[in-house]
Amino acid sequence: MEEELFTSGRNIPNIDPSLQIWHWPISVYLFLGGLAAGLLFFAALSTVLKKEDETPATVKYAIIVAPIALVLGLMALFYDLTHKIFFWQLYTTVRIESPMSWGAWVLLFITPLSMLWVFSYWKDIFPKMDLRLSFLEKFRLFLAKNRMKMAYVLIPLSIILGIYTGILLSAFNARPLWNNAILGPLFLVSGLSTAAATIILFSKSHSERSLFSKIDVGLIIIELALIVHMIMGYWAGSEVQLEAMELLVNGEFTVMFFVFVIILGLLLPGLLEIMELRGYKVPVVVPAILILIGGLVFRFVMVEAGQLTRYLY
Amino acid sequence: MRYAMVIDTKKCVGCSDCVVACQTENNVPIGYCRDWITERVEGTYPNLELELRSERCNHCENAPCVRCCPTGASHIIDGGIVLVTPNECIGCGACIESCPYDARFQHPDGYVDKCTFCHHRLEKGQLPACVSVCPTKCMYFGDLDNPNSEVSQLLKARKHKTLAPEAGTKPHVYYLI
Repeated sequence: MEEELFTSGRNIPNIDPSLQIWHWPISVYLFLGGLAAGLLFFAALSTVLKKEDETPATVKYAIIVAPIALVLGLMALFYDLTHKIFFWQLYTTVRIESPMSWGAWVLLFITPLSMLWVFSYWKDIFPKMDLRLSFLEKFRLFLAKNRMKMAYVLIPLSIILGIYTGILLSAFNARPLWNNAILGPLFLVSGLSTAAATIILFSKSHSERSLFSKIDVGLIIIELALIVHMIMGYWAGSEVQLEAMELLVNGEFTVMFFVFVIILGLLLPGLLEIMELRGYKVPVVVPAILILIGGLVFRFVMVEAGQLTRYLY
Repeated sequence: MRYAMVIDTKKCVGCSDCVVACQTENNVPIGYCRDWITERVEGTYPNLELELRSERCNHCENAPCVRCCPTGASHIIDGGIVLVTPNECIGCGACIESCPYDARFQHPDGYVDKCTFCHHRLEKGQLPACVSVCPTKCMYFGDLDNPNSEVSQLLKARKHKTLAPEAGTKPHVYYLI
């Protein structure tokens, strides 16, 4: 028998009996940040490869979601700060060791860049809304001319943004569920997959939809493999990691994780996409929405479950 | 200079005087505490073993809270004391997530707060409030770099441990066992 208890009546809000420091806005932000990173990555890659004409939804329409997601995500992050008036302190220093500092700086550049990107396609997105002021139209033409440059900047920035959403959690040695190196790539792949799903939702061209269905099936396979690796990592780990694994495979979050993330969020949409590619009639909306919900639930599971895990001493 | 605290678990009776002294000295808001007592019972009845520990921020040498802080509000000053500058803290909670000892909390005013080793008292040549009030004198405070200090001598003479050494944080609070 082993028992440990506080006798000094410690009961600090959000810490005892278990950590509740990061709430739903963080999960929502991690999802939106990954989604925006994926959308920007696909749009920039398509531009660099000069495939804009074959992927109109990727470069012009689905990309509208990126700045909206980033702004909503930033609002969620701001909402979860407890000393809000000092938020500007983030931009008084660059802290290489702190993933959050990396994220803050990347967001500072990628958010306006995503808005400029969408603005450069204003005429295609809103053909009936004229930019009345001539200097705005001049600015738009200038952006459109420099789109390739924006794409080259966006590719590394979007990858950093996508990976950082995972590294943000994995850098915490004190939370065994988060503390594994696979979380960064896993969140990046998951973000790319949700972005592919969004493009499928927006796309009107059959060839673009089937291209992103193929990409998405590949991403789902990689994501499943990374999840298997993550579980194997816990399994081969110390007692604290085994306890973390228990939460996912045999505990509080098992139903959420297996039913909503693995089955409904990855296996089923993957299967539906393969069936659709094989020529079966499947409404493409279904797998796309399942992937988006699965991605969101995955962030919630990781953020909530991670805060329950800790060192034993 | 490397400040350290040494706590004798064999002499601690778990009276919580250190907790109250800290709350009074540092104006800790009601419902919060920077130090606390943990009671650990091991074994099977009737062969039980009890350990009482007064716990607080370990002022780690390799402090994860300082590494993850995005603004530099969490920092280490001379003597190895880990502090938070309230006006640089944005209340993001990263340091709280990063602490294996759950020693940090969000002050009701928004910034993150924790044990300071009473550095305002150290500057005046006084001991931390918790150490100075301990009725069983189970707590010691001093400089590890000085081989003749009480803490160095105790760590040389007695069996001791730190909390969660596997976390790699190199704590500066030692427990005599």
